[in-house]
Amino acid sequence: MNWEPVIGIEVHVELETASKMFCGCAVDFEAEPNTNVCPVCLGLPGALPVPNRKAIEWITKIGLAFNCSISERSQFHRKNYFYSDQPKNYQISQFDVPVCHDGWLDVTVAGATSRIRINRAHMEEDTGKSIHVGDSGRIHSATETLLNFNRAGVPLVEIVSEADIRSAAQARAYAQDLRTVVTALGVSDAKLEEGSIRFDANVSIRPVGTEPFGTKVEVKNMNSFRSLERAVDYEIRRQEGVLESGGIVHQETRHWDEGEGVTHSMRSKEGSSDYRYFPEPDLLPIEVTDEWRDEIAATLPEMPAARALRYVALGADGDSASSLAGSEALATLFESAVEAGAPGNVVANWLTGEVTAWSRRESLDVAESALTGKHLRDLAAMVAANSLSSTAAKEVLGYVLAGEGGPAEVATAHDLVQISDSGALEEAVDEVIADNAEQFARLAGGEDKLIGFFVGLVMRVTGGKADPRAVTEILRSRIS
Amino acid sequence: MTELSQLTLVEAAAALRTGECTSVALTESVLDRASLTEASVHAYLTIDRQGAMAAAEASDRRIAAEKPIGPLDGLPIALKDNMMTKGIETTASSKILSGYIPPYDGTVVKLLREAGAVFVGKTNLDEFAMGSSTENSAYGPTRNPWNLDTVPGGSSGGSAAAVAAGSALAGLGSDTGGSIRQPAALCGLVGMKPTYGLVSRYGLIAFASSLDQIGPLTRSVQDAAILYEAIAGHDPHDATSFPGPAPSGTERLGAGVEGLRVGVVNELSGEGIDDEVLVAFRTTIDRLANAGAEVVDLSLPSTATALSAYYLIAPAECSANLARFDGVRYGLRVDGSTVDEMMSLTRAEGFGSEVIRRILLGTYALSAGYYDAFYGQAQRVRTLIIQEFATAYEQVDVLVSPTAPAPAFELGAKTQDPLSMYMQDICTIPSNLSGHPAMSVPVGLSASGLPIGFQVMAPALGETVMFQVAAAIEALSDDIGRPVLEVVAS
Repeated sequence: MNWEPVIGIEVHVELETASKMFCGCAVDFEAEPNTNVCPVCLGLPGALPVPNRKAIEWITKIGLAFNCSISERSQFHRKNYFYSDQPKNYQISQFDVPVCHDGWLDVTVAGATSRIRINRAHMEEDTGKSIHVGDSGRIHSATETLLNFNRAGVPLVEIVSEADIRSAAQARAYAQDLRTVVTALGVSDAKLEEGSIRFDANVSIRPVGTEPFGTKVEVKNMNSFRSLERAVDYEIRRQEGVLESGGIVHQETRHWDEGEGVTHSMRSKEGSSDYRYFPEPDLLPIEVTDEWRDEIAATLPEMPAARALRYVALGADGDSASSLAGSEALATLFESAVEAGAPGNVVANWLTGEVTAWSRRESLDVAESALTGKHLRDLAAMVAANSLSSTAAKEVLGYVLAGEGGPAEVATAHDLVQISDSGALEEAVDEVIADNAEQFARLAGGEDKLIGFFVGLVMRVTGGKADPRAVTEILRSRIS
Repeated sequence: MTELSQLTLVEAAAALRTGECTSVALTESVLDRASLTEASVHAYLTIDRQGAMAAAEASDRRIAAEKPIGPLDGLPIALKDNMMTKGIETTASSKILSGYIPPYDGTVVKLLREAGAVFVGKTNLDEFAMGSSTENSAYGPTRNPWNLDTVPGGSSGGSAAAVAAGSALAGLGSDTGGSIRQPAALCGLVGMKPTYGLVSRYGLIAFASSLDQIGPLTRSVQDAAILYEAIAGHDPHDATSFPGPAPSGTERLGAGVEGLRVGVVNELSGEGIDDEVLVAFRTTIDRLANAGAEVVDLSLPSTATALSAYYLIAPAECSANLARFDGVRYGLRVDGSTVDEMMSLTRAEGFGSEVIRRILLGTYALSAGYYDAFYGQAQRVRTLIIQEFATAYEQVDVLVSPTAPAPAFELGAKTQDPLSMYMQDICTIPSNLSGHPAMSVPVGLSASGLPIGFQVMAPALGETVMFQVAAAIEALSDDIGRPVLEVVAS
């Protein structure tokens, strides 16, 4: 049988507000454990939550960026469950009326664009962190659990898609594009490896051409886009295997094991959990007036998709434009180089090629390099003026990234400048002609293959710094 | 001059200003009184003699320098033990918080500290404010100074008993379903619950967040108005705090009731109310009418369902509010082989039976499949009550009823029958559900010498007219005096 995957993604984004969601404690994960805590985020008796207005502004921003409707009045609820790193043993979250609802994000995979609907984005608070101390560091063999409440109460936005995703690749593209937008909004550093953005996938399969959903399985613990794609892909194949062999897919939560490349069933208490949601009596409804919403909308930066289109108009090809638009650092360099007069296509290729490769190799953010838009403009100008070969230009770029100086400076220092001064080149050509009169006579007589011989000699004389095209032109002029 | 420990706040403040006494003398007087009465009354869980004396001395220095902070400077006050006091053990009468020392002052405590008040100590209550007799305390019951065989009411029975016995000049209680007003009635005091949101709940151990409100227990209406004014006002730490200025409590004291419309709530003034209480109630109504008030009989049918709605909403909220007491971060911990087991054992050991009963009730009411029938339905009843009250207040300035259905009952009389205990709050609960202010004023003694209270209710932010009517009732009623308490030095 042919199966169709049906996938929905839940995303948790930690907001990088100055203070926590319901108290004045700093949002700072680097701090010593349990130093950014107070009666409110520790759940001490008598403490009360007061909502962070900035967080409400930012979730509204997120909602608007994903084309959501914004609720004029939304409601906080208490989600009740006991867990030792949750100070109140209930999480302040939202239930029936979230701040944002009914949005979408367009996702393109292999040239095909699909609209993934977003059901809702709601506001909640993060939990603390448990550190299990014991032989293996895993919970079942832990002898002690240490708790750090610095993260408790950090504003968390949960973005829930509809089950509109149909492949692992599309799941990955959705997650990547979503992260790109969140990053562009400047509301979170959205680092998967640090957990400031977290993706869970709800995966089910159904026979192609049928409507009803199969039993869904929630897959957790993917800490890279690649592992998200692998995990979803694995889970689809696992479910196919189960159903093909006459088995039943159980509703459960499964944990992705990156090392083994498989999902494991977690204790399935999940299916029966009852969070006993009820309206949070300590908080009034959140009001986002049309006026405030419009003010927030006016602060929205250009969205990556729109930006990519604009970059295509500036000369970047489609793929490069998307990559540039998806990285704040690359986009900034691209824009400043083009604004300074550099050709968009050339700069786009460098940025998505050498510069990105450098960043990966060095494990450094491009923003941390010495490279500027002016550098790129100057480099492009040197290539255009034939004073650098395109190969030499890439080498120069490497030195500039490493902080050795500007393009002209490093090209000279590394002896990479081409001789493009026609006087000097003509002199070199004439010298070679004089030294090889016999061969020149044969060339002039029509033995055209000798042109390579002369170009080679000129390159040798100039130590490889001559522009071969210019040399050829001069030779031609001497023949006629 | 009267014994210092028996003065009202107003009398004591005057005595301080004229130099007739000092705050140290006042404080010693209530502390001495406590050392005589505590063995039998047990109003306090903690007496902070050292802190109280230090505060009194500081106050005397200010008064000597003619720089008193305000009307409460130097006056000894009792705090219910569900209010966070920095550095002073706070348990809410629960074993689960035994030995718990809060790292912060609640807003009300902070306001009173800044007003120069002297805190005598922390008073007994029904565990987590759940009860109407102060018998549900892990640290033993409090007794009514008017008759030691009877209860002082609850849950603020410790504060009420302290004020009645003379071991504080005034006290603070908290009122979720009548927990200030009912003990006030049973102990012959004035007890007042402000409009929801006027007094900050920050630092009050939550029982039912949408109903809880702190308020005064005092020996006079004027005292209550002054204490109310000291603690009311917007607090940025409480998101449900009313953003505007709090209405005056003292402005219209003594203005009488001429021309005011007083509504008698039929449903709260007949069935289920003790005859002696009804007689005292009717007598007071007649006096109000004679003093020029226009008395109207009104029906508020939904109040009949208020008790049921309350016993779904309050337990539901408490089931979440009390979840934080899990042995993880503070308070009692009973070790177990897993974290879950540790939490279960801690809670089973740390909570008393009434608290467990309400947590279970609330958890059940919120469960999937039951939410709408229980919690949802209760909230609809609440909406209905608010609407009925709103309609009533279009016709009258205040509503009145007895405060408690009967005078103080004997210890143990209702402990085996939760429902009859819950009936204690039949007249007081509607104002908690509606969020409106209400207060109790003593209007007489029963044949057996026990106080009887009269309840005045007002619309939201109607404190000014409520105090006005309460002051008139106080003036029209016979003074019940102070309890005669046989005490022996312990």
